[in-house]
Parts: sequence; structure tokens; C-alpha cells
Amino acid sequence: MKKSVILGVATVAGLAAAAATAGTVDDVKARGKLNCGVSSGLAGFSLPDANGEWQGFDVAVCRAVAAAVLGDSSAVEFVPTTGKTRFTALASGEIDMLARNTTWTFSRDVDLKFEFAGVNYYDGQGFMVPKALGVSSAKELDGATVCIQTGTTTELNLADFFRANNISYEPVPIETNAEAQQQYLAGACDVYTTDASGLAATRATFENPGDHVLLPEIISKEPLGPLVRHGDHEWGDVVRWTLNALVSAEELGVTSANIDELSAGTDNPEVNRLLGTEGTLGEMLGLNADWAASAIKAGGNYGEVFAKNIGEETPIGLARGLNAQWTDGGLLYSPPFR
Amino acid sequence: MSDVSFVRTEMLPEQAPPASEVGAIGWIRHNLFSGWFNSILTLVSLYAIWYVLSGVLPWIFQSVWNANSLNECREIMIATWGSTHGHACWAVINDRWLQLLFGFYPSHLYWRPIVSLILLLVALAPVLYSDRVSSKMLIVTAIYPFLMPFLMWGGTIWGPIAAALGFVVGWGVYTLVSKQLSGLFGMIAGVAASVIWWLVLSSYFVGALDSVLPIGIEAVQSRQFGGFMLAILLGVVAIGVSLPIGIVLALGRQSDLMIVKYLCVGFIEFIRGVPLITLLFVASLLLNLFLPPGTNFDIILRVMIMMTLFSAAYMAEVIRGGLAALPRGQYEGADSLGLNYWQAQRLIIMPQALKISIPGIVSTFIGIFKDTTLVSIIGLFDVIGLASAIRADTAWNGIYWELFAFIAALFFVVCFSMSRYSMYLERKLQTGHH
Repeated sequence: MKKSVILGVATVAGLAAAAATAGTVDDVKARGKLNCGVSSGLAGFSLPDANGEWQGFDVAVCRAVAAAVLGDSSAVEFVPTTGKTRFTALASGEIDMLARNTTWTFSRDVDLKFEFAGVNYYDGQGFMVPKALGVSSAKELDGATVCIQTGTTTELNLADFFRANNISYEPVPIETNAEAQQQYLAGACDVYTTDASGLAATRATFENPGDHVLLPEIISKEPLGPLVRHGDHEWGDVVRWTLNALVSAEELGVTSANIDELSAGTDNPEVNRLLGTEGTLGEMLGLNADWAASAIKAGGNYGEVFAKNIGEETPIGLARGLNAQWTDGGLLYSPPFR
Repeated sequence: MSDVSFVRTEMLPEQAPPASEVGAIGWIRHNLFSGWFNSILTLVSLYAIWYVLSGVLPWIFQSVWNANSLNECREIMIATWGSTHGHACWAVINDRWLQLLFGFYPSHLYWRPIVSLILLLVALAPVLYSDRVSSKMLIVTAIYPFLMPFLMWGGTIWGPIAAALGFVVGWGVYTLVSKQLSGLFGMIAGVAASVIWWLVLSSYFVGALDSVLPIGIEAVQSRQFGGFMLAILLGVVAIGVSLPIGIVLALGRQSDLMIVKYLCVGFIEFIRGVPLITLLFVASLLLNLFLPPGTNFDIILRVMIMMTLFSAAYMAEVIRGGLAALPRGQYEGADSLGLNYWQAQRLIIMPQALKISIPGIVSTFIGIFKDTTLVSIIGLFDVIGLASAIRADTAWNGIYWELFAFIAALFFVVCFSMSRYSMYLERKLQTGHH
């Protein structure tokens, strides 16, 4: 192993020219594995289970992309990243894509030179307070101490919200969600604020979840989605349309249970185009005709992935809310497969 | 009036000392209650100890060992003791201890790290206890650096053999050339031959032999390494390699050769001037910016190199301290015996300098071993990284003390053993002239 490494370094110059021209799609196919950056541990979104198998909502996106490109949902190398390392890891090519509940913002898209492939979870920042505090609205939080994760968009949103409402607060900076739980439960702060999904997941693990309430205000937009490097549009298309395929599948009623039956051909031309029995959509992406069918088979359509990892049946217990299909009053709206 | 003075002529029989001066009571009186102030301090201390233990011991021993989630733990605690406070939920350790020890290493291959660890102890025995273990055992020590990567990573057996052959090639060229020309040329040619072998020829050698005789064991990816095994792996490599590099750097820093001296000074000062976490970030992320896409430079190997260089710089300064503490007469004595530089170092200077530096060296060892936990920040799953990954599981979210107590116990065992060994070594090498 040592030798192959040194060889790799020694042949840097020769490879550099050849490798620079090949796109990520070809790289992934040649490697036979997708390098996918995920969170090193976030309940419901990405975590290794007791057997070392990665599970979660973000992980499912990685598996779907691997299935679409390579036809094998297990051909993924999960690279755990932290809030600090995620963008550098993507920019340096250590990972092919990042699916790590990352908020799509202007500066990350434009200034950091990334391309967001879509939104897989619409989140927003909320507040959790102990019931004993007797607060029913975030606007009553004047003078409160607030536990807040440093270096995140939530920190900036919090400052904006309190300034806009002309009330004051005292921040208690913390580093991780785990630390925040401890501080909050120990009474070091009156309020804990982070993404509403995270608050719900956190509250579910408390000894007495009923003693804590989530305030009704959602003070920010946090569209979370997978992202790729700027400039490689073929690869960006693959990730974007894989995500869209999962969303469309739910809208069109394609599930992991009936997909084999539907793959034989149906009366609905859009389902046929999606599943590759009609048209040449796969070819246009440079993938097999059944790329979307493989992606859906990896973990089911969007609704199934949601229900399995973070839905109301799980301990996380999130309602669909904004993440329902547009036909159900949500924001999920995939462009047509045509 | 008679001036008879009385002088006792016979000795009184010895009497037992008063009960209050000997035995347990005497000891207590002397050491704990020798005055009112000390008595108060003793009582306060006893209360403090009782207070801590009365909290900690029930927490440790009145605990839940079998449950599938934190909530189940809490239910059992409520059913048994009526409260969840002051009771540990060791079930998380029971559930995940294999993962905390081995990371994601395939479970049917656990024997390989275990064998590696046992062989490590065998390989270390002749070095650590040179007076009790036969020096023939040193052959295990020599083979171990090639055997360990083979066991841990698996793959073809020809890789480590080729790596070992590099030393044979270098040695062969050295003896050939130094006979023909001079020792210095021989040294340079030997090193060059080894490097050429490792970089260019060995891959053909491995490829050819592997296609003829494919002997090997199942390969394990570096990403599957983790847990306490990763800490031991990184720690052992950093400790084992940094000591020789540190000695060379320390000698280089005192060298009269200007280029050697400034290279060593520059290296030591640069590495010591940079935080370890920065070096790890460079290793894990920035290095990829300089390498072409698709280059597979193993992440664990990168981290190993950085940690080794880091501890080597500190080691060099510790050993330089030992060298500086030697009286000048030792150097002059070596010169007057007509020993050349390497003989003097080997026979006179180094044995004394290293002996003086033992506490510092072991301190650096312990430090670098504990620093291995920093790799969790760059996304490797060492024990700390796994602890947060386990908390991300909804079954165990919200559990802290039990995991960290377990991790602390693991590290304490290893670090305390190193510390005790260094004290044993100091006693053994004590020559009694201060």
C-alpha cells in the first residue's frame, strides 16, 4: 500500500494533465465508487449504525446517486466531514458531492464556487424553551440567554431577528449539538436555537420531552441540499436529476414496492420516461436507461426515504410540513421529466 | 546527711510503646490528627472524599447493563431505583464496545488487529526488557514493521516483502560500493538504490509475483479503521518512528556541518511553531489541492506521517536537553579514547543523554498518544468521533458520561502503563552518582 501511494505522488505531473480533463462522472465510473461527504453524526440525517452501515436522510441521497451512476447503491465511500472541513473537502476533490444538511445561501453558491443540486429538506430556525419559563412567543424573549452554535447561519439569523424586534439577548456560544443539549438541560441558557428539525430531534431524546416547547416562530429559511463543485455541469446535472427523480417518483406514485411492475411499461408516458422504458433521458445524462429506476430502488422515493429516516413513525418524528409535494401544499416541485 | 547518690545498676526491662504511638492508632495520630489544625483538615478531606465517592460509586455500580436504548435504560432505572439520577447506563458500552475498540473493521477479521497487538508486545519485549528477554527475540522486532501493515490492511503478501527487500537491496549496494570506493559513496549509493527500488522497481516486482503466486489475505480499506485501534495504530507508529528521527534531528542540530544544522533547526522550529491540528487539516484536505484528482494517497498514512513529524520535532528538543546536560568531560573523554563520532555517540554520549531524557521522552510519548484523538476533527472515527456518531443514533442520543468514562479508562490504562514503565526504567538505569 505504501508503495502505491508513493508511486501516485511520483507520477503527479503525468496524471495531472489527463485527470484535469475528465469529468466527475467519468471519475466516479472509473473508480467504481462514489465519494460522498456526509455529517460525522447527525440524528436522522447521517450516522453509522452499530454495524458500521451508514443510515439517514442525507445518506439516502448519496446512495441514490451511486445507484444512478454505478447501478449499485452500496458503491459509496462515505467520507465523514465536520462543519469546518466540509467545504474544503469538496473543493479539494476529496469528495465528489456533499450531502451534509448544508444551507443553500448566496455566498456559498456564488463566492465559495459550489453548485447546489436542489433542496432535499426545507428547514427553518426555531426556538426551544422550557415550559416552566412560561413563554409562548419568541418576541417575549427579551433579555434571555440563548445557546447558539458558532460559525453557522443560525448565529447570524438570531442577531437579525432580535435586532429587527428591538429586543436584547445574551448569547452562550457552543460548538456542537451535543454540547448544546447539555448546556440547555443544565440551565446554562434559557433558550436553545437551531434548525427546527434539529430541535425536534433533540427534544425527542430528553428525559421529559413534555417539559419543553418549540416556539411557533420560524425565523429563517434553511433550504438544505446536496452540492457539488462549480463548473462540472454534467456531474451537477446527474445529482440534480437524481434528486428530482426521487421527488417525481413520489408525485407519480412510483414506490419501491411497485417499481418492478411499473418498469415493465405503463400507460403514463412520464412514468415511462422516468423509468427509462421510453425516451432517451438516461443517455442524455450519460447514464444507463434505468438510472432513475436504480436510484428509486436504492431506498424508495422521496416520501419513503423521509418516512424511514425522519418521518413521524421514527423517534425524530418530523411532519412533512414544507417538505410535502406541491400538490399537498408543500414546496417539493420537481421539473418535468421530458 | 549522707551523700549517697543513687545510681541504678540494672537496666529496666523494655516496655511496649504506648498503644497510642504504634500501630494503626499511632499512625493516625501522627499523620492525620497531630494537631487541631491538621485534625480539621483531615475531617474536611474525609468529608470531601466521602461526598465524591457517595456520588460516583452508586453511579458506577447501581447501573443498567442491558438495554437497547437510553429510554429503555431510564425505564429500568425508574423501575429499580425510582429515579434516573445517579445511575449509569452502561448498556451503551455493552451495545457498542466492539465498535469503540475496532471502529468499522470487519468483524470476522477482528483477529488481525488482536494478533497485531499481541505481536507488538512480543516485538517490544526484547527492547523494553533487554535484561530479561533473549536478544534472539529481536528478529521479531525486525520483522514486525513489515508484518503489522500486512495484517492490518491485508492485500497481497508481496507488498511488505518488496518493502523489506528494499533494505536488502540498499545493504547489498552499500557493501559492494563501499568495498570498491569509500564508505560515504557506499552509503549514498545504497540509499539511492533503496529509494529507486521502492519507487520504481518494487511495483513491477509485486505485480509480477502477484500474478504468478497470488498469496494474500482480504484487504481492509483505511476508512474502516477506527476506534481505540486507530489511536493505538497512530500512537505506536508515531512513537516508534519519532524516536530515531528525533535522535537524528537532535544530533543534526548540534552538528558542525552548517547545512545539516540549519535544515534540522528549520524543521524543528517550523513543526513546533505550528499547531498539530493545522498539520492534520493540511494532511486531510489541502494536500489534495496539490495532488491530481484521482490520486489515492491513503488518509491514515497521511495522518501517520504528520503525527510522526510532529512528535519527532518535540522529541529532538527533549533529547537535545539530555545532550546539553552531559558534562563536557564526557565528550572530551570520548575524544581522548580515539573514538570516532558515531562510536562516541553510540558508546558514551547517547546512553547517558537518553537516560537523562527518559521522563521527557515518555512525556512526549504520552502526549502524542493522547493527541491521536484530534483526528476526530478531520472526520476519522477514532473513539471520540465514534462517541459522537453513537450519540447521533436516536437510541443513544443524549448519553455522555458513560461514553467518555469508558474512553478515559481506555486511555488511562495505556498512559499509566507507559508512565510506570518509565519509572521502572529509571530505577533500573540508576547508576548512583549524582
